[in-house]
Amino acid sequence: MPEKAQKKEKIPRQPMPEQEPEVRRRNFKEVPLGYTPELAMKEAERCLQCKKPSCMEGCPVSVNIPEFIKFIKEGDFTKAIRKIWERNALPAVCGRVCPQEIQCEGKCILGKKGEPVAIGNLERFVADWERVNGKGELPPKASPTGKKVAVVGSGPAGLTVAGDLILKGHEVTIFEAFHKPGGVLTYGIPEFRLPKEIVFSEVHFLERLGCRVECNVVVGRTITLDEIFAQGFDAIFVAVGAGLPSFLNIPGENLIGIYSANEYLTRSNLMKAYLFPEYDTPIAHGKNVVVIGAGNVAMDSARTAMRLGAEKVRIVYRRSRAEMPARAAEIHHAEEEGIEFFLLTAPTRFIGDEKGRVTGMECLKMELGEPDDSGRRRPVPVEGSEFVLDCDLAVISVGAGANPLLTQSTPDLKLNKWGYILADPKTGKTTKKAVWAGGDIVTGQATVILAAGAGRIASDSIHDYLTWGW
Amino acid sequence: MFEILKRQEMADGTVVMNEISAPLIAQKAKPGQFVILKANETGERIPLTMADTDPKKGTITIIYQVVGKSTALFKTLQAGDKFQDVIGPLGRPTDLEKVGTVVCVGGGTGIAVLHPITRGLKEIGNHVIAIIGARSKDLLILEDKMKAASHELHVCTDDGSYGHHGFVTEVLKEVLEKDKVGLVVGIGPVPMMKFVSKMTAEYKVKTLVSLNAIMVDGTGMCGCCRVSIGGKTKFACVDGPEFDGHQVDFEELAQRLEAYKDEERQAYERFMAECRAD
Repeated sequence: MPEKAQKKEKIPRQPMPEQEPEVRRRNFKEVPLGYTPELAMKEAERCLQCKKPSCMEGCPVSVNIPEFIKFIKEGDFTKAIRKIWERNALPAVCGRVCPQEIQCEGKCILGKKGEPVAIGNLERFVADWERVNGKGELPPKASPTGKKVAVVGSGPAGLTVAGDLILKGHEVTIFEAFHKPGGVLTYGIPEFRLPKEIVFSEVHFLERLGCRVECNVVVGRTITLDEIFAQGFDAIFVAVGAGLPSFLNIPGENLIGIYSANEYLTRSNLMKAYLFPEYDTPIAHGKNVVVIGAGNVAMDSARTAMRLGAEKVRIVYRRSRAEMPARAAEIHHAEEEGIEFFLLTAPTRFIGDEKGRVTGMECLKMELGEPDDSGRRRPVPVEGSEFVLDCDLAVISVGAGANPLLTQSTPDLKLNKWGYILADPKTGKTTKKAVWAGGDIVTGQATVILAAGAGRIASDSIHDYLTWGW
Repeated sequence: MFEILKRQEMADGTVVMNEISAPLIAQKAKPGQFVILKANETGERIPLTMADTDPKKGTITIIYQVVGKSTALFKTLQAGDKFQDVIGPLGRPTDLEKVGTVVCVGGGTGIAVLHPITRGLKEIGNHVIAIIGARSKDLLILEDKMKAASHELHVCTDDGSYGHHGFVTEVLKEVLEKDKVGLVVGIGPVPMMKFVSKMTAEYKVKTLVSLNAIMVDGTGMCGCCRVSIGGKTKFACVDGPEFDGHQVDFEELAQRLEAYKDEERQAYERFMAECRAD
């Protein structure tokens, strides 16, 4: 076995071809171009086919990774995608936006001495291959149970539950507040990282399986959970995400040109403001942009600003590089595209002109003290270090909280002190009968795959309930 | 899809009424709430407060003024055409209270928003005095409906072509001098709401205004519609659209409404040029 391992490791990890930074920083086309079948098969050869695959332990939805990689190696991409579908209804999305480095790939045995198998790239490859070349075959579906499930929210958690339960023979209707499905995949993640065509094709896949998708329904306003039950639904899964933007609460924050990341990305992605005036929704084109925060959403905002024609884009973050929450790959992509980082810097107020438009941001330099509640070292202001960063556009990307729209209209749904829905982590059950919840509205802002994982747990529990009554 | 069942042009054709099929919304909507409409695939999401609803017929009524590309596009939609998306009801309903005498002040298309609130306030037993205004007689809308919804109706025009020659605030001042007023509801252009609020503050009369901030989702998710109320930031979409007029920072609201002035002009000119080319 060790000898074999050494032999296999001789093939280096196959890099994903990408658009050149100088070119891509000015267009909205996808950055990584995807594997060719040859590259995919070559990369698949690197997999050791471990008997006890630790990669699967790192996958929140337990995709049978060695199996699907084996099919790729054999050139049977249809079997590979079917293997993934057994556990994951969103492979084209997950292959692109999962933090593989800390999940499946982080556990890959090859990573101990060299580079792990590019599991994410391979997953993306088979999903894309199926979309383009597949015969549109559908996975087998259980016979109808006569039970009806409503899924509230069409982001990663909602889509996962819908995909699972439709295959188990239940009738599924997804309610979405926006006019397009996909949740954060549609409004939040930019085209250059996750083309909308791919999101819609994953949703369409569920529709072909028989899911109904009803857009423009704001649950909590258009219809309540109790009214959904009154329509004859047997169970409800709530996955409305964490869509309440946090602001800095500093003076000048309502000046024109200061956006929440949610607004900035929604205008650009969902409303296609980057195509204005072909599309009617406008967006400010800053020349000198600051993005406050250093998570994946901040990187997305900064890279969007660059593509909208900015001359200078700066990420302003109050801690140091080591504490930046974004994925290493996203930080790297941003840097390659010319985004600058202003670390250990915290904004104190915004400055505007007589028309109420932002012209600058006053900041303080920080140094790091003892760790705080989050386990990260607490930033402490350096006295007298005030300085002003000129800017004509600012995007605030310091996280999001629980949106109260649905929970306000559902008093019998218990919440925690931050307004997130209380749900049993083992089942997703809430305090309201026949209502489950999962994703960001339970955990607070997290990742696509964790939301999908929560969806998988809930769908098993919902299936038990619909089958056995518990 | 959301079919337009009835369409009527008002005020020299600059204002348009649409009765739209939207059964779920019609059953739920209350006075003061709004919907977001999107005409087609490339369209913008535009918030409009409902002028009326008919739960039995499953319809909602909107009345809008043509001010830019999106409303010009709306105007091209005829009876039988459809809005691609209508979302709602959004926002908090008006808190209809019995206070005695109420004055409802409306300007321009604000009268359309004011109408169901006026009717609601009358229905629960208030004595309702309505004051409505427009730039000239031709631009005045809903006079008959406002007459039916109130006990007393005053009409003002800026140019004196009809009713009182002057601003609604002048008539409001007379009413406030004469009667003991428990509540004023003022809905119209930002300057009008500002001056109404300024005046009622002098008389210490509680005042509600409805703020037409720029919005995207309308569900509290983007924060675009933030307004300063008593020094605190609120979201017009979920905390409003109605607020205490004495607490509103109208200057900030007016500035924020100008955020996309250049883009709006560009889009409108382009659209009108395309229309002429057709």
